[in-house]
Amino acid sequence: MSVATWSPTKASQRYADVAEETKRQLFEEVKSDPRYPDFLYGCYECGICVSACPSARFYDFSPRVIAQALAREDVDRFYEIVMEDIWNCAQCFSCVRCPRGNNPGGLVTLMREVAVRHGLEQAQQALQGYSRVIYKIMLKGNQVSPDMLQPDFFPDWGPWVREFSRNMTAWRKAIPVDTLRNVTDAAWRTDDKTLRELYTIWFETGNMEVIREVDEGLYELLVEIMEEELEAAS
Amino acid sequence: MSEHVIPLAELRERKAQVVRPNPEEAPRPDLREELFELEARGELIVQRVPEPYVEVTTKFGRTKKVPIDHLWHHKSCGQCGHIPGYTTSILWLNRQFGIDYLDPTDQTSCTGWNYYASATSNAVAQLLVMCRNFAAAYETGYYPLIHCGTSYGHYKELREQLVHHKDLRDQVRRILDKLGKPLVVPEEIVHYSEWVHVMRHRIAERQVIDMRNITACVHPACHYYKIVAEDAIYDPDIYGGQRTATVTALLQALGITVADYSTWFDCCGFGFRHILVQRDFTRSFAVLRKIEVMKDEANPDMTVTHDTGCVTTLDKSQFAAKAHQRRVGVPVLADSQVGALAMGAHPFRVLQLHWHSTDWRPLLEKLGIDWQRHWAEFEEDLAAIERGEKPGLTWEDAEQPILTR
Repeated sequence: MSVATWSPTKASQRYADVAEETKRQLFEEVKSDPRYPDFLYGCYECGICVSACPSARFYDFSPRVIAQALAREDVDRFYEIVMEDIWNCAQCFSCVRCPRGNNPGGLVTLMREVAVRHGLEQAQQALQGYSRVIYKIMLKGNQVSPDMLQPDFFPDWGPWVREFSRNMTAWRKAIPVDTLRNVTDAAWRTDDKTLRELYTIWFETGNMEVIREVDEGLYELLVEIMEEELEAAS
Repeated sequence: MSEHVIPLAELRERKAQVVRPNPEEAPRPDLREELFELEARGELIVQRVPEPYVEVTTKFGRTKKVPIDHLWHHKSCGQCGHIPGYTTSILWLNRQFGIDYLDPTDQTSCTGWNYYASATSNAVAQLLVMCRNFAAAYETGYYPLIHCGTSYGHYKELREQLVHHKDLRDQVRRILDKLGKPLVVPEEIVHYSEWVHVMRHRIAERQVIDMRNITACVHPACHYYKIVAEDAIYDPDIYGGQRTATVTALLQALGITVADYSTWFDCCGFGFRHILVQRDFTRSFAVLRKIEVMKDEANPDMTVTHDTGCVTTLDKSQFAAKAHQRRVGVPVLADSQVGALAMGAHPFRVLQLHWHSTDWRPLLEKLGIDWQRHWAEFEEDLAAIERGEKPGLTWEDAEQPILTR
């Protein structure tokens, strides 16, 4: 894809109504992350990152443009990337084969963090339907669990999901691993003390404030459950 | 044939060149040396790899110690939650070799899947989740063996951040103090597929299922060998040292023909967020860039990989594609499942193949395994559980291989 044909819709500035200062502030927040200097060293424009990128094949997405826009400190282009591109990244890190040592996938992570912290609408849209996953990871310390495998959520995985759903309890009992057997609401059995330590980590690191930006109702529910657990133990 | 443009002849020619990197010329410093310096300054504890271990060569020609015994199994939420035969096979192999291991309940997932999917966390929180798990392992005296490729890649990246940023270390230490835990980092971060790799000849010695008529394609997991690439195992005898040797070396040791395909470097399409809430991308990529290319160029009996997301994506994406008459139908297994199957593990009590979506029956039939008989055995287990005659399967039920020499 040539520069001339790449993303013609992106040729004009589409966020002219957003103050330069706002864009600059978001950019500076990304740039001030301690990991930023480890993720960006400049760009040869060789395109190796694009050739390896799965998202570049199916979306109007380019890790090269991300590296270039950030290296040039082009805050207009940066803002467009934050608003339109970052949630298309597959986070596979195929792009780290960059001969300059750039990590465009890592830069995307930093931009996503800033987008979430500021409660940008695009971040909330990208995470629609994701709240049940956040609920699980924050409370159980597991991303997924057997009881999340429901036909309504995974119809494209075929009749297997329906069959699993019907037999979940018995199938889970029929696993010989002690920590997995008969556990359906988490991936494995976790100590209460372990979970309390996890909750302490979420509170102490400001992680719960991040959740509040994504889903205030979920935040309140999680805080109530976690605080109750921590207080009961203390 | 597919329209993919990478010329296979040129690939084969380049593959014939053997790469033997000189560690003295490594483009990046050895992080382990920096870890030991931090330990000498009293900043952290480095948990040493216990003996016995096997030394392997990594991408830049350095040596990595892979422990054999005294393992703390850092489980994967995606494996345990959705493909439990993956975990069961790892532990079954441990038990067959009499390995002293711990399957802990004092463990959370790395939470990296969520972080890569949603960014609803931050660097310090992610570091603390890792360090809490490492401290939990250290307290038991067992050495962490990381089951998930994403946990492995994520932890390697976090370890770099911890070593290179004093401010992050200080924040982590302050909160660990509150938890009453020491700041511990293992000498090596070891993926379970590296353990399988160094055990491959012992697995082959106890092989009871002949696999010489099987052709497989390998999907190397991105978060295993792309993130902090220098930690992955490379071997001049496998792909001329140009690709990671894990998985492929096991399959070759078992007599399986490993067939090449042009998009081996591509990711599976998992996407972290995409697999959960935007699977049109995941399905398209998995089918068009992986499964169909394998089908067209190698027509394998199975695809073998070594990470949670890759097994999930490549396996579960094929149903919808089949409905659209795409060229799919390649069963997907983890290397641990293949190793266990070779040693005669039960296809359902151990491999738990009923959790897989793509049809695995033709593969078992080609291997001469009477899957109907073993499914009937498993159905009897289920019936006994449902009748309340037994609370569930135990290792005693699953230990015995279906075949013996």
